[in-house]
Amino acid sequence: MPKFQYAPAPESRAVVDLKPSYGLFVDGGFVDPQSGTSIKSTSPATEEVLAEVAEAGAEDVDRAVRAARRAYDRTWSRLSGAERGKYLFRIARLIQERSRELAVLESLDNGKPIKESRDVDVPQAAAWFFYYAGWADKLEHAGLGPNPRPLGVAGQVIPWNFPLLMLAWKIAPALACGNTVVLKPAETTPLSALLFAEICQQADLPPGVVNIVTGAGATGQALVEHPDVDKVAFTGSTAVGKQIARSLAGTRKRVTLELGGKGANIVYDDAPVDQAVEGIVNGIFFNQGHVCCAGSRLLVQENVAEDVVDRLKRRLATLRVGDPLDKNTDVGAINSAAQLARITELAQAGEDEGATRWSPACELPSTGYWFAPTVFTGVSNTHRIAREEVFGPVLSVLTFRTPDEAVAKANNTPYGLSAGVWSDKGSRILWTADRLRAGVVWANTFNRFDPTSPFGGYKESGFGREGGRHGLEAYCAH
Amino acid sequence: MPTDASAAERSGRLEVRKTYKLYVGGAFPRSESARSYEVTDAGGGFLANAAMASRKDARDAVVAARKAFAGWSGATAYNRGQVLYRVAEVLEGRRAQFVDEVSRGEGLTRDRAEQTVDAAVDRWVWYAGWADKVAQVLGSLNPVAGPYFDISAPEPTGVVAVLAPQRSSLMGLVSVVAPAIVTGNTVVVLASERRPLPAVTLGEVLATSDVPGGVVNVLTGRTAEVAPWLASHMDVNALDLSGAAVAEGVSWSALEAAAAENLKRVVRPAGTGGDAVEPDWWPTPGLERVRAFVETKTMWHPKGT
Amino acid sequence: MSAPALPRPAAAAEVDVDLASDASLRRFLHGLPGVDQVGLEARAAGLGTRSIKTTAKAWALDTAISMVDLTTLEGADTPGKVSALCAKAMHPDPGDPTCPRVAAVCVYSDLAPVAVEALRGSGIHVAAVATAFPSGRATRAVKLADTRDAVEGGADEVDMVIDRGAFLSGRYLQVLEEIRAVKQACTAADGRTAHLKVILETGELATYDNVRRASWLAMLAGADFIKTSTGKISPAATLPVVTLMLEAVRDFRLGGGRQVGVKPAGGIRTAKDALKHLVVVSEVAGDDWIDPDWFRFGASTLLNDLLLQRQKLATGRYSGPDYVTLD
Repeated sequence: MPKFQYAPAPESRAVVDLKPSYGLFVDGGFVDPQSGTSIKSTSPATEEVLAEVAEAGAEDVDRAVRAARRAYDRTWSRLSGAERGKYLFRIARLIQERSRELAVLESLDNGKPIKESRDVDVPQAAAWFFYYAGWADKLEHAGLGPNPRPLGVAGQVIPWNFPLLMLAWKIAPALACGNTVVLKPAETTPLSALLFAEICQQADLPPGVVNIVTGAGATGQALVEHPDVDKVAFTGSTAVGKQIARSLAGTRKRVTLELGGKGANIVYDDAPVDQAVEGIVNGIFFNQGHVCCAGSRLLVQENVAEDVVDRLKRRLATLRVGDPLDKNTDVGAINSAAQLARITELAQAGEDEGATRWSPACELPSTGYWFAPTVFTGVSNTHRIAREEVFGPVLSVLTFRTPDEAVAKANNTPYGLSAGVWSDKGSRILWTADRLRAGVVWANTFNRFDPTSPFGGYKESGFGREGGRHGLEAYCAH
Repeated sequence: MPTDASAAERSGRLEVRKTYKLYVGGAFPRSESARSYEVTDAGGGFLANAAMASRKDARDAVVAARKAFAGWSGATAYNRGQVLYRVAEVLEGRRAQFVDEVSRGEGLTRDRAEQTVDAAVDRWVWYAGWADKVAQVLGSLNPVAGPYFDISAPEPTGVVAVLAPQRSSLMGLVSVVAPAIVTGNTVVVLASERRPLPAVTLGEVLATSDVPGGVVNVLTGRTAEVAPWLASHMDVNALDLSGAAVAEGVSWSALEAAAAENLKRVVRPAGTGGDAVEPDWWPTPGLERVRAFVETKTMWHPKGT
Repeated sequence: MSAPALPRPAAAAEVDVDLASDASLRRFLHGLPGVDQVGLEARAAGLGTRSIKTTAKAWALDTAISMVDLTTLEGADTPGKVSALCAKAMHPDPGDPTCPRVAAVCVYSDLAPVAVEALRGSGIHVAAVATAFPSGRATRAVKLADTRDAVEGGADEVDMVIDRGAFLSGRYLQVLEEIRAVKQACTAADGRTAHLKVILETGELATYDNVRRASWLAMLAGADFIKTSTGKISPAATLPVVTLMLEAVRDFRLGGGRQVGVKPAGGIRTAKDALKHLVVVSEVAGDDWIDPDWFRFGASTLLNDLLLQRQKLATGRYSGPDYVTLD
């Protein structure tokens, strides 16, 4: 028993006013789905049903796309950039004003710790709208030619790991560039998108500019394949990304894909070791490891491997796993039973293949979906846990002897989203960063995001960038 | 130089004809399949036999391109610019040969062919000059909300498979190859099926300038036969389908679908809907083709004492 | 220099470090892992968001009170002032006998006898600052005399300052030897030995790398505690600096060394701040340091805020400055 035991410090749920059921947000209002079917959104921490949401069928998607097209033709594409920008500023402010509510709802529906939804997801979402709001009337300065034009209707499909933030990453640049959108949130985390729909209403956003269609994979497919969608933006798994790329082959739809990763976090022997340990922890246990750019492969120089792993284990013993709404929780619930099964299966494969499994002592709640932070040592590049994206709190530790070997191992993957480098030697960091085939390289830090900073992958991690000036490219004809 | 029999009679000397081979990894092999096909002029007259590349030639070309990637992408931008400018110099020196090939192959008047070759050389020079400017134009310093240095810069995508335009056998070719390699990509280019000769000659130009072997690999043959192997190749990072327009038996949508298997970056052919047309290559391009084959890499580093 | 020549061992007794010269010390200290400022500050800020409520807060407030080195270090200090402070130290909240007493009273060495007298039998330690506090700019003879004065005056804890000038100019051996000499001077003629707290004055060391090196140097030289600041220089104790020093004492012990305590001083004025520090102690160094023997707060105004929060927790009402004593 630790001497200093933190008493429960739960954030109040009272700020969230959930309805028992939600329709689709189409043309500025909530409508019942023609499909007549619904899905339940549950809290992964308790398995409690939070609300029922509509499952949009093909006809519902069509209705939403038609609303988006109408809004594009009649209002949004005719509005000046300055006016579009003012709507986005309004939305940004509303997100800030309702930040507590959004954060609690996000943690309820997703299972992520409240401190992350409060300190990362929600403020970042607001920041994205602020950033792109300012671009709306400055697009001619974006390096995309003298008169960048919107593409039309964007169909956007987002994942469950950062529901509101991914929505912001998608909607803010699309609207800034003059497109209208139909967005499908993830099946297991639709609620913050529906609250965002209310925010659009409060902002008096013209009807049809933003439409939210909830549902599962079939809904997403109907949206992506809808003939009147001009642009598809998807964040999710590489497998689904490939399906989308195939289904859009031969069309004139523009596509950006933000897919999986197997990020290498390289720790050289001269690393600032305490900060490196923090970076390793943040790299793989932030958001339960449900992060496409997670540093899921720790590549540590062999001459310091033992020390680094010892420090890491000591540090992990202080991680607090549990109630996502508790302000002291570091690691929350796994988002779904299906994801938990996948993590469990891959971790078992790690053991079966001979890697050494370790977790700190931690008591997991009896209901809900939980997985203790896990470290595998003695992992080699041929092990499945070193190659496949686990998308959970599971770290694989590999070693290297020389910088060349570090880079070769880091790049030895079909993915190319993120990488980390830890060293006190500037030239070695730059040398390494130059050679890493990854869209984001964090040197002496990890998992930092900013609306001004382009993010996206090489190779099978997808294509296109979100964030910064580069993020405008995805939503402009040029 | 291919020509008709009467020339030999007139000069009284039997001319030495040129063999058009593939250009792979800096060497000029015949197709491993030992096949060739007849290339004719615009009027149907025999010009030459060209090597008919097989899937294995495509495979070899991808291996050569991959091998050359580290060196070419690792060269300084200044160096790449110098090397590419050198290519333009050598192109200019072969002007007469290109004029002859373009004029016969595309059925252009001599004047028009000369203009075309001049424009192609100028286009090459235009792209050569971009080598050490692209990063400044496409990169950015990102003012993130925290004590971090945050910079984004374009990097080459990797190995780019290019279907060269079918009609514009030199101007079109230069317009698709130069933007890919200027940033450090290496290329496997499948030449215009019916007008492949300028592409092979370009290979000879590259071989005699300072371009390292494997940076550009030229295949000649049937687009419909070879393109699917390039489109589905898992070690090819990007696919330029410009030459799918008016190519016999080629479905660009099937090629794009095959490219999805490893999420290649795909440049679709010009046109609307499922149609593909070959665009006019003459207008000065923008940076679209350069942008298509670069990856933006963002790097973060804390700022502290 | 009239200081007695000290034996110069080739290595520290506990950790295998060559202490023979500036060069060897430099090799060791500069071979310690670097500290990334942004990462360290982010870590400290992250720990600072811990939410300490209800029972945890009650426990933490009492623990913090019991760790206070109640301090007065003014030129205007008098026996009267010191006596009043000692009264406060023994009964921080006169209206509540369950309120713990503080760990020590910290004064200038000439006033140590006053404090000793006032605190006799209370179990509260008397700490005296010495070695030409706060600047440390004096000959070693003066510093040692100052130290002996403090110990002879009854102080059982001595808070010394390192020679920052020597440290910043790379004369590590001089810093080391001075600490050793002071440590030796902490043993009185009658055999009583005062605990030695070594003040690094982190605000003058400027970089976190220096703080880590100075922490190690002090520990190698025999410090019982490492202390952030004199309180006369800003910045004084900050959460990142304390985090770093706690990493240093943790690593020193893991590397075979003894346990060394940590004392932030200066700048911690609110209970909220104190609780953040306790979180850092708990999560960075571990439970072994959650003890007045191993962690102290050098403070004066902090105590009253701890008391106000304690009253709020006990009564459910917000308290006010009229309900805590001014001394």
